[in-house]
Amino acid sequence: MNKTVQELAIKENVQLNEDTNLLIFEAPDLKEDLLPGQFANVLVKDSTTTFLRRPFSIYDFDKKTGSFSLIIKKVGDGTRKLCQFNAGEKLSVIYPLGKSFSLPNRDEKVLLIGGGSGIAPMMIMAKAIAHLTSEIHILLGARAAKDHIELEKFEKVGKLHLTTEDGSLGEKGFVIHHSLFNDIKSFDRIYTCGPNPMMKAIGDIAIENDVPCEVSLENMMGCGFGVCLCCVTDTHDKGHQCVCTDGPVFNAKEVKW
Amino acid sequence: MVNLKVKINDIELKNPVLTASGTFGYGYEFSDFIDLNRLGGFVVKGTTLHPRQGNAYPRMAETPSGMLNAVGLQNKGVDYFIEHIYPKIKDVDSKVFVNLSGSTVEDYIIGAEKLNEVKGLAGIELNISCPNVKEGGMAFGVTCPGAEAVVKAVREVYDSTLMVKLSPNVTDVAEIARAVEGAGADSISLINTLLGMAVDAEKRKPILSTVTGGLSGPAVKPVALRMVWQVANAVKVPIVGMGGIMNATDAIEFLLAGATAVQLGTANFIDPEVTVKVVEGIEEYMNRHNISDIHDIIGGLQL
Ligand SMILES: Cc1cc2nc3c(=O)[nH]c(=O)nc-3n(C[C@H](O)[C@H](O)[C@H](O)COP(=O)(O)OP(=O)(O)OC[C@H]3O[C@@H](n4cnc5c(N)ncnc54)[C@H](O)[C@@H]3O)c2cc1C
Ligand SMILES: Cc1cc2nc3c(=O)[nH]c(=O)nc-3n(C[C@H](O)[C@H](O)[C@H](O)COP(=O)(O)O)c2cc1C
Ligand code: FES
Repeated sequence: MNKTVQELAIKENVQLNEDTNLLIFEAPDLKEDLLPGQFANVLVKDSTTTFLRRPFSIYDFDKKTGSFSLIIKKVGDGTRKLCQFNAGEKLSVIYPLGKSFSLPNRDEKVLLIGGGSGIAPMMIMAKAIAHLTSEIHILLGARAAKDHIELEKFEKVGKLHLTTEDGSLGEKGFVIHHSLFNDIKSFDRIYTCGPNPMMKAIGDIAIENDVPCEVSLENMMGCGFGVCLCCVTDTHDKGHQCVCTDGPVFNAKEVKW
Repeated sequence: MVNLKVKINDIELKNPVLTASGTFGYGYEFSDFIDLNRLGGFVVKGTTLHPRQGNAYPRMAETPSGMLNAVGLQNKGVDYFIEHIYPKIKDVDSKVFVNLSGSTVEDYIIGAEKLNEVKGLAGIELNISCPNVKEGGMAFGVTCPGAEAVVKAVREVYDSTLMVKLSPNVTDVAEIARAVEGAGADSISLINTLLGMAVDAEKRKPILSTVTGGLSGPAVKPVALRMVWQVANAVKVPIVGMGGIMNATDAIEFLLAGATAVQLGTANFIDPEVTVKVVEGIEEYMNRHNISDIHDIIGGLQL
């Protein structure tokens, strides 16, 4: 699907917990699949503090109803303001941007790991690979039980595993402390999105154990479509690569953290 | 029908709206969004003789009504541009300028000689004003002798239109403009970014890997307008104005201050269709004010 910039109406704005909202957009022109890992760059309308657009991973989409959704965690002025818009209001959105995760082979055992707002691309990914394999494990990490969101939906698309830092839900610790990692070699592929230290730790373990691993980076972006060269990540073979167009998905082996 | 055509040296632009270097890639990145043929012209990413990796991440910081960047001229070098990129854009019905940068006069000369062989290129925009690399142009652009030396040297080897892009990080921009005109520039474009800085108070660290970077966007517009006005009063060559232009009204303000054409930079990040909207907006302004020729706006500030 070609990139477009469009004024899209908010179909629903659902508060998921105290600092995270689900924004569903009406996208009547949506005729093709959005790909797992792709993102949308949203203009924060009428803001005096937020000048540039803000990028968010596609969480889910539905071609039949013509809609897609984003999960937005309030971390600053831009995200706080975005979570305040009501159904019916329109926002300028550039989408779809970026490259997709690569798909697993048939019947491979796959582990999707999301931390914080990095859980978003794991929903669209789980749905995109459902026809290829039934061995989809989803591991989500958060600080505490109240920070875990959308669990019923995740349960429907894979075998769900959870960690919390305070032990209030699932296993205690960071995602890499989860018992799944005791037998990490049993997985054929790992896909992850979340804070950089988490992705680096997962990437290192995957490389050590020879499990192919892809990470989805969240570098700060100026444009989101490859022209400002502000979002680069350094890589082993190709030097600086744009996270917005060469990524956001990279093979964990490529990234120089 | 209103006349939007303007001339920069002997290059005719179908309208006075160009794009600013480093904010428009090589043009084709925008082909999903706009019809490139509608632009007066576009200036491609800063190009150097040898490939450059640019500065380390983070290279960007958002600031009130603008942004700082410290990209540091990441590009694949002039040979790669000529061989692999130019063929993809040469057939666009618009004028292509190459933003050329260097760290020595010799680099500029060799780069210009290579570009002189490229058929169909409208011209060079000589970048003597990049604040983001050591000796990366700005060293030349902030003194009259420095600016004069590099423009003279390039003029000797380059036959097509030579536009020279000035830095705002100087005490007297008119003086530099006169030196550049005297050295053979066909046109002057300004402003490049203003040297700035951003700090993360919580971490007690600079946000940019390079500590300082170049400020662009609406925050710089009043400074840019003032400088365009000063330079317009100091030289005869056509001026291409930029700095914080977000819409047609902003563009018209620059034309009134004396710019023959304008460039849009940071605005492309906010709205990738902005260039075409500005062309349409200028037309609408002219119709509303019963102006049939764009030249009646250029320098038309009523004092
Ligand atoms: C490809 C991509 C996909 C993303 N997907 C999601 C998503 O699905 N859901 C979601 O909630 N967020 C996502 N993000 C992060 C989101 O874009 C930022 O949280 C948002 O831009 C912050 O804007 P703000 O104005 O609220 O915060 P600001 O006021 O700009 O910043 C507040 C704090 O957040 C930090 N911050 C700002 N931008 C980023 C960033 N890109 N990455 C990490 N830290 C940042 C700042 O350093 C600062 O400390 C994604 C980012 C990228 C690049
Ligand atoms: C991300 C970024 C990269 C830039 N790269 C270049 C460059 O390579 N060469 C150059 O002459 N100017 C460069 N500029 C400066 C712009 O061309 C322009 O002079 C400046 O941004 C002011 O205009 P604006 O406020 O419309 O952006 C860059 C600006 C930005 C924001
Ligand atoms: S955000 Fe501009 S190039 Fe990636």
